This record gives sequence, C-alpha cells and structure tokens, in this order.
Amino acid sequence: MKKTVSILLIMCMFLALALTGCGQEEKAPGENAEADNSAVKVGFVYVGPASDGGWTTSHDVARKQLENNLNIDTLYKESVPEGPECEKVINDLIDQGCNVIFSTSFGFMDYTLNAAKAHPDVKFMHCSGYMTNENMGAYFGRIYQARYLSGIAAGMKTKTDKIGYVAAYEIPEVLRGINAFTLGVRSVNPDATVHVKWTHTWIDAAKAKDAAVALLAEDCDVITQHQDAPGPQIAAEEKGVWSIGYNMDMKDVAPKAYITAPVWNWGPYYEKQVKAIMDGTWKAENYWGGMEDGIVDLAPLTENAPEGAKEAIEKVKAEIIDGSFKVFSGPIKGQAGEIRVAEGETLTDEELTSMDWFVEGVVGNPKQ
Amino acid sequence: MFRMQKRGEMPKTKIVAIRILAIILALVAAAFIILLLKLNPVDVYIAMVKGAFGSVYRVKEVIIKTIPLVVTSLGIAIAFKMQFWNIGGEGQICMGAFLASYVALNYPDLPKPLLISIMILASIIGGGLWATVPAYFKAKWRTNETIITLMMNYIALKWIQYLQYGPWKDPKAMGFPKIPHFTDNAILPDLFGVHIGWVFALVLTVLIYIFLNYTKKGFEIAVLGESENTAAYAGINIKRTIITAIFLSGGLCGLTGMIQASALHNTLSVEVSGGVGFTAIITTWLSALKPFVIVIVSLLFAALVQGGSFIQTAFGIPQAAAQLLQGMILFFVLGSEFFIRYKLVWNKSFQSISKKE
Repeated sequence: MKKTVSILLIMCMFLALALTGCGQEEKAPGENAEADNSAVKVGFVYVGPASDGGWTTSHDVARKQLENNLNIDTLYKESVPEGPECEKVINDLIDQGCNVIFSTSFGFMDYTLNAAKAHPDVKFMHCSGYMTNENMGAYFGRIYQARYLSGIAAGMKTKTDKIGYVAAYEIPEVLRGINAFTLGVRSVNPDATVHVKWTHTWIDAAKAKDAAVALLAEDCDVITQHQDAPGPQIAAEEKGVWSIGYNMDMKDVAPKAYITAPVWNWGPYYEKQVKAIMDGTWKAENYWGGMEDGIVDLAPLTENAPEGAKEAIEKVKAEIIDGSFKVFSGPIKGQAGEIRVAEGETLTDEELTSMDWFVEGVVGNPKQ
Repeated sequence: MFRMQKRGEMPKTKIVAIRILAIILALVAAAFIILLLKLNPVDVYIAMVKGAFGSVYRVKEVIIKTIPLVVTSLGIAIAFKMQFWNIGGEGQICMGAFLASYVALNYPDLPKPLLISIMILASIIGGGLWATVPAYFKAKWRTNETIITLMMNYIALKWIQYLQYGPWKDPKAMGFPKIPHFTDNAILPDLFGVHIGWVFALVLTVLIYIFLNYTKKGFEIAVLGESENTAAYAGINIKRTIITAIFLSGGLCGLTGMIQASALHNTLSVEVSGGVGFTAIITTWLSALKPFVIVIVSLLFAALVQGGSFIQTAFGIPQAAAQLLQGMILFFVLGSEFFIRYKLVWNKSFQSISKKE
C-alpha cells in the first residue's frame, strides 16, 4: 500500500520537471554567469554560518565587497564540515558556474587541493593552509602580530594575573597565536600566565562559551579566544570581567567586557586577487601578509581598555609596521624555561608555520 | 473531543488522494517560509528540481547520495520486518567503516581486488557484530532493542572520534585531527562515472528481495515479526532467527560504512555516517520495507537533499532555511501516513459525558 507513496512522489517530481520546462527562459540566480564565459564568478566555502559574527562573517563581508566593487557574481555555501563534504561542495559550486573558489578553513586544504587537480581551469584560493598547486594559491595573515598587541592590553588589565584562552585545535596557527599573545601579555606583566582550554571545534559557540566559563572558574579575569564565534565574550560579559575578541570587532556582543580584538580585513586582498584573475595576470602564490598590508589589524580600544594601553600598543604597532620589531625575536623561553629562541635570532616563517610548542607563561598542553 | 480510530482497508484512489494533498500542502506551507525570505516560491521549487536533475553532474551527485541510503535501508528493512526496531544504523555504519579502515590502513599494499574484498568482509563483520550485541540481549533477556541500538550509536561515534583525535591521527597533518588517507588500492573504482557502490546497491536490492520473499529464513523472519507465539508453534528457532537477521541487518549498515569511507571519504572520520543511519529509517518506513520501493524512495530523498543544497547557494539563503524546507516536505509526507492508517472521529460519548456533568 505504501508503494503508492513513491509513485506519487515520482508524479510530483515529473510535475515539477514539467514546470521547469515552462519556465526555462528564466534561469535560477545560481546560473546567470554561464551565459558569459569570460565572466568571473566566485564561490566561497565557509566552515560556519555566514552570520557567525566572527571568522566566517569576516570573509562574508569581503565577499559582499567583491560583489559591489568589482560588479561580479558570488555564491557561498555555509556550515560545510571539514571533511570530504568540502570537495562535493566545491564541485557543486563549479557546477553552478563558479570559476574561482575561496575555501576558508584549515581543514578544507586537502579537499581543495583534490578539487584543484580535478579542475585545472578553475582558480582556487585556500585560507590558512600551506598546500598550493598551479591553480591553487594559499593565503593568510600574520594575525599573531595583532594578537601580540592585544596581549599588551590583556596583560595590563588582569588583576589576578591569569588570562584564559579558549582555543580550537592544536595546530601551528593556533599555537602561534597563543604564543604571540602570551609574549604580548608578559612584555608588560611578566607574572601573568595564559591558561589554555581546547574545544576541538571552530564553530560551536556553546562549547566555546563553556570552555570560557571553566576558565573563569579558575580565576581568570580576561578571556580571549581562537574560535569563530563570540561565545567566550558572552561568558566574560556575564561574569562581569574582561574579554578580548577575535576576527571582528565584538564590541556589540559584550559591551561591558570587550576591550579590543585582532581583526581580519580580507576585502582588499580578495579584490586584488580577483582583479588579477580577470586581467589574466593571476599566479598561484603563498601569501602571508602582516599589519603593514592591512590584512590584519587591531580593533579600536574601547573604554574598557586599561590606562596607558593605547600608547603602549601604538608604539609597538608602529615598530611592527616599519619592521623594527618582530614578535618572535629572541630571547624566548619555552614552557619549561629552556631557551627556544636565542638573543638576536628570529624565527623563520617555516618555523612559525610548523610551530608545535608553547612559550613560557602558557599553562596548557600544545600536543594532544 | 477527537478520537483516533484505526481505518479498515482504504481504496487505493483515496490513498493516492491523501498523499497528493499532503504534498500540495507541504509545498503551500513551505511557500510561506520562502515568501518570508523575499523569494518567489515557484522559482525556488523549480530550482530545487533543476538542482537535483538539471545536469549530468547533479544526477550523479544524487545517485552518490542514494547509494548509502539504499544499502542501509535494506539492512534496516530486514530488522523492521522482524519488528526489531534497529535504530542503530548510524553506529553500525561507523563500526563497519572502522574495521574496513583498519584493513585499509594496515595492509595498504595488498592488490586492489583482494584488499577491497577483505575490506567489504571486514565491514560486514564490523557492522554485523555491533548489531548482534543488542540482538543477543533481546534474544536472551528480552531487552528493549530500540534503546540499546540507539545508545550504541553514540559509543561507536565516540570510538571513531577517539581514533581520529588519538591513536590514528595523521602525524603529517600538523596537529589537525584527521586520519591518513587510504592508498588508491583501498578505494572503490568508478563505473560509468559513479563509484561502483551503485552496483552493490542494485544487486543487494535484488538479493534482499529474494531473501525476504522466497527463502525459508526470510519467511521465518516475517512470521516472527507478526507473532512470536506463531513462530514458536511453527518450530522456528527464535533466538537463532533474531541473531541471524540482525547480523545481516547490521552487516548491510556496516557495508555502507565501507562504501562511504572508501569511495567517498577516502579515509575514516566522524562524518562517515553523516546521519544516513537515521535518514534510512525514514526511507525504509516510507517504502513499507519493500526493497524495490526503497530504491525509488531513497532516490527521491537524495534528490530532495541535493536540491535543498542547490537552492541554498543559488539563492543565498541560510542553510537552516533550506533544511527547514526539506523538513516541512518530509513532515507532511510522513504525516499523511497517519491519516491513511487512522481517522479522527468526533467522540460523541465524550460529549454526552461532559454534558451530564
């Protein structure tokens, strides 16, 4: 008897197909660009919702800038898991007419590379990884510079000398951020320690908030995060202590707690890349820009910021931009007090992108 | 007030009418949500169909999504036929994928046909044994299989997660929790542009059809499902029938895990089951446990998912909204089943009682 369900559903599908036939003139918005072969159509693969108020929103802002400033079409797919689903989503986007793909999470790297090999005529840009191909570039920013600056504010603000850091995964990008932040903290407050809790998720705001609550219970009075969405900020706001955001200005989320945040500004870089693709001058590169390029920055300090922080940060920021100060210049000690970077030495980019250790002052385990 | 009353046999035409009404209502109700998103519902529905069948690529994607649904639904159908409510497809998929991956990662250099054959066998054993645990408990102590199979899903998922974050983590992934990729020898080949899993699915459909309808064991399963007393009276070994049937049921789910891990993911991860174990319960139920209908219903379900994914990017609507549309369509279709089996009657006796008081 239930056989009829299926028969019916098939009928429905045929009906719908027939409808499609009638309306063939109007194409779905997802297929506009197919008519014009020279047109660039950019597809974005997001790890979280476009409205996460953090990492993915920072990319989505840039996507909208691309649409407005270059007058091109873009598509996006949000909440894509960091697994094989990513490759399917990329194929879907290409099927819908995209010829440029931006995939914006570390875990998309292998799948983006697979897709790049399968579609030599499509250009790929992968954010925060290290693999490249003839038609696949890698790009990221030296957000650790801004993290160092935010560490200065945190180090001056803390009264308990304990700062909580809600972190996602034990990968070099995250460890580097924690280390830079801690160096910033201890440049103004050598007694302070940074306490790390791992969440093993970028996007789960509730889990991130729970981790922050646990850190607050351990007497931390400033919370920062390497999480996409602002969950930890809310935890700090509720507890009546202070917080440092990430990805975007998070002032509105936690007006009484929020001090500042290392922020991304992807728009200009995306425009430059897509323009180059349109001009035919694009080449796959491995880009890692810093504050001097404006791709990373520190959000304006709020009135929650400690006294004197603005001046101290401005000074170091100027030195970072003119190149006279490098965050990972020695002497730097490791967690056990051993010298990791000798005086007069600076970590190379290679050492930074394969970092698997914590500096002195971090309380936590850099390896699983 | 209202009272539910079980219907007798209903004429086919009426059943069809109810189902057509359900789908129309679903489309109308969903249209309101689409209007709220400031889009034209007709455009969205057309795009959904185009997104699922509009190009060769899209049809292939639909087929790729259909394969795991068919294989898992076949497995669940065997259990349901016996009225053993196997909600553990998810976990059985995981454990099948786990054993298959164990073989793939430890013997990567075996010749391809041999390696894949062993992986298939391993996955059936993995899923089958995982399902046998609740089956044994049920046969021996009459435990509730719904709860145990459901709970065992979470154990299996956590086990895969443990492997991914711990002992099986790829040391070359710079700390990112993922299991290394299989070698090419462990990956199912393509046939006509889609991985060979579709052949498995079709062959299994025929085999399970024959098994359920034309073999002694299949008949025993059906009898046991209808009445345990009848089965006992007919001299059927109840314990053995339960365990054999559920081993098969879990084994098929486990095979799904192998197909997904090998052909699609090329590795093991917590996403290997991807909710198929739960979705297949719906497709199995809608198919009335009939193998050939399972293929059709799974295909339509896969098309619904693929079309839903398409409109999300095509119209830039949030993922949650696209899933809401899918959910509504499903809700109405499943809801119509209720009206086919029951009718609502105005309960007069209740009325008269309340008047008296």
